[in-house]
Amino acid sequence: MWNAFLEALLLNAGYNASLVAVGAALLGAAAGSSGTFLFLRKRSLVSDALAHSTLPGICLAFMLMVAFGGSGRSLIGLLLGSAFSAGLGALVVHWLSSRTRLPEDAAIGVVLSTFFGFGVVLLTIIQTMRSGYQAGLEGFLLGSTAGMLYEDALLIAVGGALAVLFIILFRRPLTLASFNPEFAATIGVRVRTTDIAMMLLAMAVTVIGLKVVGLVLIVALLVIPPVSARFWTDRVEIVALLAGAFGALAGYLGAALSASAPSMPTGPIIVLVGTSIFIVSFLFAPRRGLLAGLLRRRQAVEALKAEQFISSR
Amino acid sequence: MEQRALEHGYGVEERLQSGECALEVSGLTVTYGEKPALVGVAAQIPSGSMTAIIGPNGAGKSTLLKAALGVVPKSSGTVRVFGEALSRQMHRLAYVPQRASVDWDFPTRVIDVVLMGMYRELGLLRPVRRWHREKALACLQRVDMADFASRQIGQLSGGQQQRVFLARALAQSADLYLLDEPFAGVDAATERAIIDVLKSLQAERRTVVCVHHDLTTVPDYFDRVLFINVRKVAEGSIATTFTAENLQKTYGGRLATTHIDQLRTAV
Repeated sequence: MWNAFLEALLLNAGYNASLVAVGAALLGAAAGSSGTFLFLRKRSLVSDALAHSTLPGICLAFMLMVAFGGSGRSLIGLLLGSAFSAGLGALVVHWLSSRTRLPEDAAIGVVLSTFFGFGVVLLTIIQTMRSGYQAGLEGFLLGSTAGMLYEDALLIAVGGALAVLFIILFRRPLTLASFNPEFAATIGVRVRTTDIAMMLLAMAVTVIGLKVVGLVLIVALLVIPPVSARFWTDRVEIVALLAGAFGALAGYLGAALSASAPSMPTGPIIVLVGTSIFIVSFLFAPRRGLLAGLLRRRQAVEALKAEQFISSR
Repeated sequence: MEQRALEHGYGVEERLQSGECALEVSGLTVTYGEKPALVGVAAQIPSGSMTAIIGPNGAGKSTLLKAALGVVPKSSGTVRVFGEALSRQMHRLAYVPQRASVDWDFPTRVIDVVLMGMYRELGLLRPVRRWHREKALACLQRVDMADFASRQIGQLSGGQQQRVFLARALAQSADLYLLDEPFAGVDAATERAIIDVLKSLQAERRTVVCVHHDLTTVPDYFDRVLFINVRKVAEGSIATTFTAENLQKTYGGRLATTHIDQLRTAV
């Protein structure tokens, strides 16, 4: 197992495993940096609603493609379907939270469970269909990289690169709209447009990540890297940069780990590696970490005691 | 120096009559859901004046600022800034929102917040140059916060946060400053520092409008007052408008008459 892991780590475990590792790393970088602004705008969970809303779209796209005589396996087709229903889910969340008295978290809960439930029903129907027997759609739930094609990896690479480019170009309006939207609006930032762009970005990352990480856990890749990065720095740009790096690391190590053992699901392993990065950050980050905080408090108490001791003499 | 003194001597009321209006709203109505926040408010803020917006909680004071800035949509009414449509004069406005409206644990430093005030100059991609930093530092200097430039904003006290917000507005080099409760929850030293900066802005013939809560300081700090309670109650100079009658009308029976008398003697 250890040898297999090393092999995978060094991209020696064969063509497919290397492809998956590189793809997962690119996906992690895109998700981490996009997730930074969602996290700072306090909208991380909207991306979870987005992700769960993809399932009915995937299933309907499959059915549609089969109905038109295809095999239903075209990744682009399935992803287009997922993007469509994710967009619909996002619109419903937005509509519920802006037009009714429902708070956003409740709206997210409603949309997430409804869309996902509907998706599971469709998935079950597909599995009873003759052509659906080996559709492999359930791989979209937790990620499945077995049989990932070169084209799939290319799709992830291009999508990820576009997402990162977008963030670099629009870092200022993204920062302004996250920190102080009302002020941003008065200084020429189109806050609504920026918010929509932020959602589209999350949607793009979710959709391209479906194959590798799966829709149930993709939110982890959007949330854990920025939250971990926040422990190490007090500057937005560096948070985004570090989050990208952490995401890439989690994707790469996770993919290598899952390639080194038979039938290990890629998504959950990537998420667990991300969690380890989070735990290390949370414990050992120099200023905001738990240990640093404890140490500071102890030093302060000691200093106070020493002062009292001196003044009591 | 004499030139400036002369210019400053040119009275606010005269300028209003000559039609120099920094901010003019008419028939302004804003509703949140079914609840009206402002109804048919008309107001004229003369250029170079220093105006307090006064009214009880929920009177729509903050909403008036936000509607004037286009941050919240208005149901009806018009806003004109320096005689033109808001969109054409937006760059001459600087807004200082309530301190509590942002998350102060946001990963950014004091100087970066001030640089946000220069977004119009910097745009999407222009790099931050030395003169940008120098301007930001000068703005921080003006509010006595230059030593804190590289601090994380989460480490600031309430008064320091308010001063950083003011510095960001200064960095905008605006002609009309709209401040939402700049004195809320700050200590006496900060209040002094802020009012000094606002007075110096007025000395440069810029226009200042503050949502203000402390009635006792109104005559000291401002030269004009706008009373609102969903509708406009009164507006005008302190001498003519800051009266017991208007206070009573704005606050209803909630303000004791003796309290109002105390305020009047302060005028």
